[in-house]
Amino acid sequence: MEAKPRGLKILEAVTVVLFLISLWMVFFYAPVEKVMGEVQRVFYYHVATAWVGMLGFGVALVAGIAYLRTSKRKWDIVGLAAVEISLVFFFITILMGSIWARPIWNAWWTWDPRLTTATIVELVYAAYLLLRQGIEDPDRRARFGAVYAILGFISVPLTFLSIRIFRTIHPVVIGNSDPTATGNFDMTSKMLQTFLYGLFTFSVIFATLLWHRIRLGWLADKVEQLRLKTSE
Amino acid sequence: MDKPIVRNEVSAFSSIRSFSSAVWAVVWKDLSAELRSRELISAMLVFALLVILIFNFALELDAKTRGTVTAGVLWVTFAFAGTLGLNRSMAMEKDRGCLDGLLLTPVDRSAIYFGKAIGNLFFMLLVEAIVLPVYSVLYSTNLFKPGLLLVILLGSIGYVAVGTLLSAMAVQTRTRDILLPILLFPLVVPVMIAAVKSSSAFLEGGAMADIWPWLNLLIVYDVIFTAVAFMVFDYVVEE
Repeated sequence: MEAKPRGLKILEAVTVVLFLISLWMVFFYAPVEKVMGEVQRVFYYHVATAWVGMLGFGVALVAGIAYLRTSKRKWDIVGLAAVEISLVFFFITILMGSIWARPIWNAWWTWDPRLTTATIVELVYAAYLLLRQGIEDPDRRARFGAVYAILGFISVPLTFLSIRIFRTIHPVVIGNSDPTATGNFDMTSKMLQTFLYGLFTFSVIFATLLWHRIRLGWLADKVEQLRLKTSE
Repeated sequence: MDKPIVRNEVSAFSSIRSFSSAVWAVVWKDLSAELRSRELISAMLVFALLVILIFNFALELDAKTRGTVTAGVLWVTFAFAGTLGLNRSMAMEKDRGCLDGLLLTPVDRSAIYFGKAIGNLFFMLLVEAIVLPVYSVLYSTNLFKPGLLLVILLGSIGYVAVGTLLSAMAVQTRTRDILLPILLFPLVVPVMIAAVKSSSAFLEGGAMADIWPWLNLLIVYDVIFTAVAFMVFDYVVEE
């Protein structure tokens, strides 16, 4: 087994520092929101984890297309890594959203377009993992995974659109907002800095995890090949 | 066969003709097999009626409730019966090695996809054509409205376009019967929402201005997913 690459070690250290600074910003640097109070701080990581979630599914789409075109193993490993990481981050987004929604909307959950879409995204990519689990042949597993990642990525915006045709109560903090939404607020410049820095930090966290997961994927591949060799 | 001397519109035309004749051969194979066994359609039909029966007790389908839930009941019924049909139609190919035979034929793979999809669509429409009058009689509501029929056609096309592709994937896995609905339902959510909303709008006599966004969504979904399935089907059946 080869040693951990130096780049990865450096990236890990950078990630830890970035995250600690980001935590400090979220809890001490950013001011308390007037109406919602402390619970508003959930917002910074809620959006940041959602961003990582979507980023990962985008990576899975690109990796899926690349795999179908080239049939190189590495693209399959990248795709699976991205989906696994994003699934977890998206789940964290939903959990944090619930924590915020309980005092603000007075309910853990509503069937709002974004919430419903988030659930369906989780289900799509859970199905992706189940599909892969059911296939033994690595080539076929990679091909089917790639096809399903592509289909999933196309269907999710349509799902969002279809639910969006109903009205929504989810606040839109970035871009123009709907006045009927509950829990809107305007960001002060310190909030905006904290928020953008959080997005950046989580992107770096994603990159670090992706690198780790891709290494793990290669190792798993090696193990599988050795196993096939010994069983012959 | 003579070698083509000049490549012109005639050869393009004949390649379209040979493609469509391959598609129809697959469709015809499925229809005639079904005509002899009547396995698929009878199972789908009985299952669909059972689902309606269960809804009848689960939701107390009295006159007041019916007004609001009819579209939902119909689409859940079609979706469930549809998975049954999709699973069966692909499992049939896989079990006796028919799929390998089909893949060996010197036709474009996408012709096989379209053949299977049209066959599945036909079965699904047939089930719907029987469920609608039965439901109309049982609950004395008239479901034969041109708008509703259009929605059912568009919704079924979208459902079958994705379903045929996914069932071709599902039969090649270890957990095949369980896997198809898990793969299919999250992807057809847009179809289900748009179909249920526009169906109930047609049944309640809603304004066309409110219905158009849903119909557009259905059409967009049908076009996108037929095109994507056409592009990726090769990778799904590759050996």
